[in-house]
Amino acid sequence: MLEAILVVGGIGLVSSLGLGVASQKFAVETDPKIDELERALPGANCGACGYVGCRAFAEAVISEEAPPSGCLAGGESVATAIAHLLGIDVELREKVVAQLVCLGGEGVAQAKYKYLGIGDCQAGYLLAGGDKSCRFGCLGLGSCIRVCPVDAISNDLSSGLVQIDRELCIGCGKCLAVCPKSVLELVPASQQVKVLCHSQDKGPIVRKLCRAGCLGCGLCKKVCPEKAITLEKFLAAIDPNICNVCGTCVKKCPTKCIGYISDVPPELTSPECQSNISASP
Amino acid sequence: MGTTYFIGGIHPPENKITAGCPIETFPVPAKVLLPLSQHIGAPCEALVKAGDMVEVGQKIAQGRGYVSAPVHASVSGQVKSIEPYLHPIGRQVSSIVIETDTNQPQEWANSAIPLLKLLSKDTAALRDQVQDAGIVGLGGATFPTHVKLNPPVAKPVDTLLINGAECEPYLTADHRMMMEHPQELVSGIQLLAHILGISQAYIGIEENKPDAIAALREAATKIEAKGLTINVVKLRVRYPQGSEKHLIQTILDRQVPPPPGLPMDVGVVVQNVGTVYAVYEALSLGKPLIERTVTVTGSGVRQPKNLKVRLGTQVSELLDFCDWDSEGAGKIILGGPMMGMAQYTPQLPVIKGTSGVLVQTRAEVNTAGYRDCVRCGKCVEVCPMFLMPQTLSIYAERGMFKEAEEYGLTDCILCGCCSYVCPAKRPIVQMVGLLRSLKAAAKAKG
Repeated sequence: MLEAILVVGGIGLVSSLGLGVASQKFAVETDPKIDELERALPGANCGACGYVGCRAFAEAVISEEAPPSGCLAGGESVATAIAHLLGIDVELREKVVAQLVCLGGEGVAQAKYKYLGIGDCQAGYLLAGGDKSCRFGCLGLGSCIRVCPVDAISNDLSSGLVQIDRELCIGCGKCLAVCPKSVLELVPASQQVKVLCHSQDKGPIVRKLCRAGCLGCGLCKKVCPEKAITLEKFLAAIDPNICNVCGTCVKKCPTKCIGYISDVPPELTSPECQSNISASP
Repeated sequence: MGTTYFIGGIHPPENKITAGCPIETFPVPAKVLLPLSQHIGAPCEALVKAGDMVEVGQKIAQGRGYVSAPVHASVSGQVKSIEPYLHPIGRQVSSIVIETDTNQPQEWANSAIPLLKLLSKDTAALRDQVQDAGIVGLGGATFPTHVKLNPPVAKPVDTLLINGAECEPYLTADHRMMMEHPQELVSGIQLLAHILGISQAYIGIEENKPDAIAALREAATKIEAKGLTINVVKLRVRYPQGSEKHLIQTILDRQVPPPPGLPMDVGVVVQNVGTVYAVYEALSLGKPLIERTVTVTGSGVRQPKNLKVRLGTQVSELLDFCDWDSEGAGKIILGGPMMGMAQYTPQLPVIKGTSGVLVQTRAEVNTAGYRDCVRCGKCVEVCPMFLMPQTLSIYAERGMFKEAEEYGLTDCILCGCCSYVCPAKRPIVQMVGLLRSLKAAAKAKG
């Protein structure tokens, strides 16, 4: 018994001594700042910054490869914390979120055929561009759901499209990269009104294929009191920097494809815009 | 009992319902749509413009690269437009639209040049003629034939294999061709053998076509070319017996190396019987590839037929001609049920690679989804390429194309045996397609 304790204990003692010596002698010098920075980061290793994990990002910030505001998951608070640690001023980016620009769910957009294959948008897209007759429409097979690092995207069972939780979304853009239809866009979180269609087909084609598509009729452009709307390739686009959220276009759009993308408090709609709405034909 | 050496494969119900239907000539349609890409390789560029009058057989599009095949007008008439139209691959492809005029020659006017005269011609000239006729592999792969007929010096070819297996269920176009034109086929084989400079040819036919075997055996006794032997080999009915690699293995016991290995690497050139007939017509009659045999079949068609169709004819016209049940149709497939492509509309043209139009009824189409892999291993048993389809399918669900490559992603011939036997009804072929597209996308990104 004693013998065994001595032998095993002896081996343990010698090994630990060896380890102790090795840890001193072969120690890798690391910048203590990296450790500090890593502690300031969320630690989710989501990869949204473009680096393999939080530590890799911290190293990149120290070597001035990545900007201090590069952590999308952490947002403003983490960026200021990093800036504080580094003793610099940080240029804060505006928060962006992913937005689905398609309203062509089940019963709204025409289906081309019944898809029974793999639940993957790329796979669906390989079969004649997907089962939506509109070549721009969301396929709803959910490739974006699976790549989202923060689970902000979910299936909208009523429409067969996907929905994005703007609170959870960190604007990393991973969903944009996997979408074969490019039907997702990154928009400033402050933008409130958006054309929710990205079909570049001519009006008559869009009307045939989908009830909620932008026809490119130009009515919104005509009624916008701020001239915030432009029309290109049969598709309207709203400049969020000019738009004052009066809601005229939302009311006037014949296919109702312009919508509020964030909850707009009613008092935002200014009285002069109200008069615009009632005055326009 | 016919021979087969390859392991794996399946024997689905043959359903050769049109085997007894002679090839009928489909009337010249009012309009044809000729896509500029009907072959593997660089797409063609149009040689005509809207408003031009064209003659039947006139070359109207030409490819730039060597691996390309020109397109010929399949009717006489006026070019209406050149614009994108739906192509059987599922994409919009730039196509030449020709509106037919009233004076159509019914038959190809040139008289046949005697075989012996052709056999004394220079091989390079004959090969150029094949290239000029726009001939591609008519089995469905649509690889330009002249490229196959010009093996590099480093890879000498000693054997010509004619693929008459037609292992796909339902299809009978090749079967009828062999029964109705055995003499022309044997002449075509002699011409091909002459171009390749070889002395042995084999015709592989599955034993469910005894009449075709007999017809070709008889025709093969009348060979005019010196020193050429043609053997007709009876094959066991086994899908995918008509796969190039498996046909070579069965008849010659040679193994084609994995991709990018080609039959040329083992000294073999394989041609489909439809292609051989097209080569015969091109060389003997000077007729370019303007028509092909198409089997219109399936339970969704009341009068299934084998039809000789001008290229560019709309599939919907063929279906109307065969009295199809447009209400009860569940699926329209161009090609056979195993490897054909399902289409969402019949408004698309017959192209060089269209071997059949299969209409399945709603009741026949499986609309239940698929489930998780149960690792039963049935797909491994039937895979004729000795792959592990279940592993590939699981990788596909996770987008792991790099790992899938180690499991033979490039070796898969997309025959569909795995999907056919899968008890969980997993769409394994589609999954392999997805993996390949992911790999190609990653490669394009660099």
